[in-house]
Amino acid sequence: MTKPKVAFYWCAACGGCEEAVVDLNDDLLAAVELVDVVFWPVAMDFKREDVEAFADGELAAAFINGAVRTSEQEEMVALLRRKSQAVVAFGSCAVLGGIPGLANLYDRESILREVYHECPSLEGSGTRPAAGTTSVEEGDLRLPVFGADVRTLDQVIDVDYYLPGCAPPAPLIWAALSALVEGKLPEKGTVLAPDVALCSECPRSATKPDKLSVDHFRRPHEFVADPEQCLLAQGLVCLGPATRAGCQAVCTVANMPCTGCMGPTTRVADYGAKALSAIASLIDANEDDEILARTAEIVDPVGTFYRYSLPASLLHRRVAEPAGNGARQ
Amino acid sequence: MPSETKVRPEAAAVGNVATGEGRFEPTIVAFFCNWCTYTAADMAGLSRMAYSPAVRVVRLMCSGRLDPQFVLAAFRQGADGVLIGGCHPGDCHYQEGNYKALRRVTLLRSMLRQLGIEDERLRLEWISASEGEKVQRVCNEMAEDLRRLGPLHVVLSKLGPEDLDGLLAVGQNGSPAIAYEPAEGEVP
Repeated sequence: MTKPKVAFYWCAACGGCEEAVVDLNDDLLAAVELVDVVFWPVAMDFKREDVEAFADGELAAAFINGAVRTSEQEEMVALLRRKSQAVVAFGSCAVLGGIPGLANLYDRESILREVYHECPSLEGSGTRPAAGTTSVEEGDLRLPVFGADVRTLDQVIDVDYYLPGCAPPAPLIWAALSALVEGKLPEKGTVLAPDVALCSECPRSATKPDKLSVDHFRRPHEFVADPEQCLLAQGLVCLGPATRAGCQAVCTVANMPCTGCMGPTTRVADYGAKALSAIASLIDANEDDEILARTAEIVDPVGTFYRYSLPASLLHRRVAEPAGNGARQ
Repeated sequence: MPSETKVRPEAAAVGNVATGEGRFEPTIVAFFCNWCTYTAADMAGLSRMAYSPAVRVVRLMCSGRLDPQFVLAAFRQGADGVLIGGCHPGDCHYQEGNYKALRRVTLLRSMLRQLGIEDERLRLEWISASEGEKVQRVCNEMAEDLRRLGPLHVVLSKLGPEDLDGLLAVGQNGSPAIAYEPAEGEVP
């Protein structure tokens, strides 16, 4: 029996998802017994031409991590889509847009201006590389187009399965690989993680008060949290109640609040709005100014509630400035 | 732009932008609680108090039922403003639903600010069942504020065909998270 062929690819990502595959440790060796890894730029020397040489649908699955911003990423994921029977959005960036998705708070032009002209550490005015061919001393560079915004994988190609997490937990990766090999993949569109909130697997949940209320929000650097008590009850903005389980509560076990990388459960359309709702209703105040003071303690609401999911939100990005301001193009 | 789609392409062509002298007419989605503000709006109607046709009222049992997702969905589908009406503090039919609404709206407003949506576009008012004229005043005021502010420019990223399945029509085991009809032309 020939082994199923799988590909791994990365788009706008930090490399942590690749690390998560390596973190399978001994299981990684077991995995390559079961599947043939035919494309994995971070670890193996196969090129785009090698992928193009496959027949359409010849690969059993492509695991794609990272959000999509450039034309190169768009072309590669479209290619992998064509060659693969199943595409798995791997990690928070591919599933929800991830940390790179916070770039959707800025328009394309201001990002390029900042990076190539205004960044304080630049020498001179900076040369902005143009998409297409740019000639430099060392030769000709062919550069992809830097897109208007950051997109989730399923905003670009058809996605069969979602494996969330920053990075996805090893047991879930292993379960997904096993299901693939055994031909036991679930219904298309499934998120390959438990469909319940993180609190259900958090060891602190027993200490969660019946009526949770917060008199002051505090940030992790301001104090050392009690290692056993519910973090929300201690005033930390822990997004466990709004976040999907499956990570074995690694953050709350390590005395840090959940930041929501596993994304929402299936009953939620907009993660940030729901997380905001959960946190806001805990505020132990009824007067306007008191509530305002409490909400002001959350200094960066978008960065807090949409840390991993701005491109997947209902609005996708910061709303464009009115025409004529030239901020959005 | 290759990777953008205007949410409301028809808005520029018909009705919404140009009425008569080219004045912008906003769209306001209003969530009114069953026990106070909705009853007040009913009374405004019975008393023939005219108020801005910009307002489209959705009845909720309580302002505490307002899910912030509703507000974002309204903006996404073309609302220029969202108005929430609930019972006065202390008068909530369900004890404290209106306080929950106040907390959520306060935090939501600070998040919307970061997303480029001005404070005036999300308004919360306490209107009791007997205050029909307050419904009239608030709706007219908000419509005027939004006329001054202009339309909200929600521009979505270009999406693949799976958009609505993947993002909204969720639920292996439940109804959609939001009953959702895509705006004309929203999915390219």
